[in-house]
Amino acid sequence: MNGAHDLGGMQGFGPVPIERDEPVFHADWEARALAVTLAMAAWGKWNIDASRHAREAEPPAVYLGRSYYERWIEALGKLMVARGLVSEAELARGTPDPGTARATPPLRAEGVAAMLRRGGPTERPAETPPRFAPGQAVRAVNRHPEGHTRLPRYARGRLGEVLLHHGAHVFADANAHFLGEQPRHLYAVRFSARELWGPEAHPRDSVTLDLWEPHLEPA
Amino acid sequence: MGDAPESGHEHEHGHQHPPSPAALRVKAIETLLTEKGLVDPAALDAIVETYAHKVGPRNGARVVARAWSDPAFLQRLRADATAAVAELGYEGRQGEHLIAVENDARTYNLVVCTLCSCYPWPVLGLPPAWYKSEAYRARAVIDPRGVLREFGLELPEETELRVWDSTAEIRYLVLPQRPAGSEGLSEEALAELVTRDSMIGTGLARAPAEAGR
Repeated sequence: MNGAHDLGGMQGFGPVPIERDEPVFHADWEARALAVTLAMAAWGKWNIDASRHAREAEPPAVYLGRSYYERWIEALGKLMVARGLVSEAELARGTPDPGTARATPPLRAEGVAAMLRRGGPTERPAETPPRFAPGQAVRAVNRHPEGHTRLPRYARGRLGEVLLHHGAHVFADANAHFLGEQPRHLYAVRFSARELWGPEAHPRDSVTLDLWEPHLEPA
Repeated sequence: MGDAPESGHEHEHGHQHPPSPAALRVKAIETLLTEKGLVDPAALDAIVETYAHKVGPRNGARVVARAWSDPAFLQRLRADATAAVAELGYEGRQGEHLIAVENDARTYNLVVCTLCSCYPWPVLGLPPAWYKSEAYRARAVIDPRGVLREFGLELPEETELRVWDSTAEIRYLVLPQRPAGSEGLSEEALAELVTRDSMIGTGLARAPAEAGR
């Protein structure tokens, strides 16, 4: 979706807010928001792509009005309701619906280290041979899906060159909508800064994006 | 880097602010999920402890120092960064597929995630607030040299600047140039020269004379 999260190339945000010796968390609630989000993922009711989509699928003013961890916690609320882990009423009230049985958390303290160490690798066996090879000229498709996509607006329709083939990976655009992993070949594609931003861009600079096969067409 | 959050600072002076709406919201959700048996509060504590104190950019600094000191390790890092980094014990969430991108006399690398805030957690910890900011995410691709200037880095005109936008689950770690005058330093001393920003690409490794300041 052409949402406010697709920030690459936007102007008007001012200087980067650099902070000397900043803390890992700026408030205790940020740490708890991170922890609750990671712990709830252990239920396996959604995936990282669905999480990202839940964070970004907001009206632009709402997205931009929230801080990073506010986006996380609001997306978690939406996902928990959508996937049936909590009810709308429970979320609004903050207490369990009367008569609900107490669940057993899938993630215990002793399992945290292993869960983080395992992570969520996305490489999968390829179902088809790769369509593109390093060195090949490709064009990013000019499509504007209403759902989740990891092809940013600023690269759409632009001409690039395949730099690396990463193998086949879970296709985020499909996985975000619970349509299965649909592994697709993933490539690092390099675009010159001038191709992306016009003749005033630095002649030697480039931006490289990781794009899946459906994001690309032969040039 | 791994220091505790200083969120209680103003409380010591007796001017306790009411909790923010976000703090109340998170507290309410955590309480609800605990009462429903959906989360184990001790597991939440363990996750916070991990990212507040255990995982941070010192991990990445050790990887870079090893790459500077051990040519065989550098080769393995180039061939398969995920496996090479795992040799040092760093792996897992948000670092499942790592690639090291090398700076040299002609090339400079900068990492961003314009769509969210993807970042190589096992080697750098959680991203700093500026990395997650709209300004950085928006400008690192269209005005990277301007961004670097704000970090105090004027990139020479002849340098090739390569920006990496982390749009999939591949995570990029910048291998900064080894600073002049660092010959003969131990791996441990070299790691002290490697800043977090030098591994994102918004800074250089420190010169030995600057270290310890």
